Amino acid sequence: MHIYLDNAATTKMSETALAAMLPYFREQYGNPSSLYSFGQHAHEALTDARERIARQLHCEAREITFTSGGSEADNQAIVSAARIGERKGKRHIVSTAFEHHAVLHTLSKLEKEGFEVTLLPVHENGIVQPEEVEAAIRPETCLVTVMYANNEIGTIQPIEEMGRICRAKGVLFHTDAVQAVGHLPIDVEKQNIDLLSLSAHKFHGPKGIGALYARKGIPLTTLVEGGAQERGKRGGTENVPAIVGMAAALEEACQSMEEERAKMTQLRDRLIQGLSQIPHSVLNGDADSRLPGNVSFCFEGIEGESLLLLLDDKGISASSGSACTSGALDPSHVLLAIGRPHEIAHGSLRLTLSRETTQKEIDDTIEAVKQVVAYLRQMSPVWRDLENGKLSFVIQ
Amino acid sequence: MALYSDKVMDHFRNPRNVGVIENPDGVGEVGNAKCGDIMKIYLKIENDVIVDVKFETFGCGSAIASSSMATELIKGKPVSEAMKLTNKAVAEALDGLPAHKLHCSVLAEEAIQKAVQDYYDRNGIAYDAAAFPKGEGCPFCHA
Repeated sequence: MHIYLDNAATTKMSETALAAMLPYFREQYGNPSSLYSFGQHAHEALTDARERIARQLHCEAREITFTSGGSEADNQAIVSAARIGERKGKRHIVSTAFEHHAVLHTLSKLEKEGFEVTLLPVHENGIVQPEEVEAAIRPETCLVTVMYANNEIGTIQPIEEMGRICRAKGVLFHTDAVQAVGHLPIDVEKQNIDLLSLSAHKFHGPKGIGALYARKGIPLTTLVEGGAQERGKRGGTENVPAIVGMAAALEEACQSMEEERAKMTQLRDRLIQGLSQIPHSVLNGDADSRLPGNVSFCFEGIEGESLLLLLDDKGISASSGSACTSGALDPSHVLLAIGRPHEIAHGSLRLTLSRETTQKEIDDTIEAVKQVVAYLRQMSPVWRDLENGKLSFVIQ
Repeated sequence: MALYSDKVMDHFRNPRNVGVIENPDGVGEVGNAKCGDIMKIYLKIENDVIVDVKFETFGCGSAIASSSMATELIKGKPVSEAMKLTNKAVAEALDGLPAHKLHCSVLAEEAIQKAVQDYYDRNGIAYDAAAFPKGEGCPFCHA
């Protein structure tokens, strides 16, 4: 038995996407930059994919730049906005405490160059308040970057409102939409988004490919120097099969989005309900404004890595924000940002569903988690002290 | 899982000597829940020999495996020998630990030493305090 519940980490490629890619490995393998017709076939595939992706985001094809994935798109979006700001003497950026490291590390780099960064609080429900974004914007702010939906706790941010605020104030607005694209409806026009990052393998497309949407008129800074590919904004021969696969996967995901979303939300809530029966457990992040596939819990008195390993023994692939799973000293910055104390953040579990997840898998997982949590608690000195009153429960 | 050796996984999946000893002769607890590891060792000692040992651990796979292995290594041994158990010996007996997990074996070594210290204290046995861990916070993290 294998139950895969780590779809926020990566998803299984869809058959449609795989089938779309295959001809571009051995049949249409030309270089899109080549002048001869064989190369031009590949170029047409690239143009077609760009148009199809643009259609799903409600933007123009020329506003899409292909990248190696979400991280590169985040890096390029932020560096580009910083360079634009710098030219006007604007060196302040607003972001949040629970962004992906592709954003946070890029911001730290800019701080070393003299930029000032304000990281907004994300509150216990994991949602950034648009009013706080507005209040943080200064005359010298060049960029606001807030993720569309958080990768660990799944909370969806009020992007449209933030976009409106930024547009009114003349500040560029970027959103890392890696967890949202293909799962939630996106309309960059309506939502006032200037820059948006996406990654194909989060919506059943191939790994190693992503895109950056940049509203026309926003000059991008080139991070990968090379040829004139991507209008000079990203050197290197285009990964044609992956780009074609990404377009196919995105179209497929968007076509069935409403139906899959309803189904996944129902299973997600079933899982949340099941895990809530475990005493002294808590759901991380808002219960409603939440990705259809995300379930994130903390269990008091246990540590996440041992929980993952024992679930793995039962055939369940899951993830945790425990420090031990990452090799870092501190537990997940996301869980700390929503106010979970260290000792609680260590006992976290993230289960992320896909459109292929079944009700039986959910029910089996609830049982397995219950068993493993109980087993680990009975050997935990922390749990013993909590039970005999030497320590007080943080999670009621 | 390639992160851990088969030995680590065996001791993690089937930990030896888990539990509590009622009326123990020595108890040692080290670590900090903030860092994600706490180890507690219970000793039953007769004629200076560890006749029984149990542990409770809050922590990752290697913390549980290190506790399990450490208890096996000292069970039936004289107290003086248990005092000589090093973290290196625990890690070696587990066929190695990943570098960032070596502190788990240190916790096992220190938990045993603290339990022995507690046994000495309870029985008014003189010892050199320098030979024991100070137990002031966790040397591995910010806690």
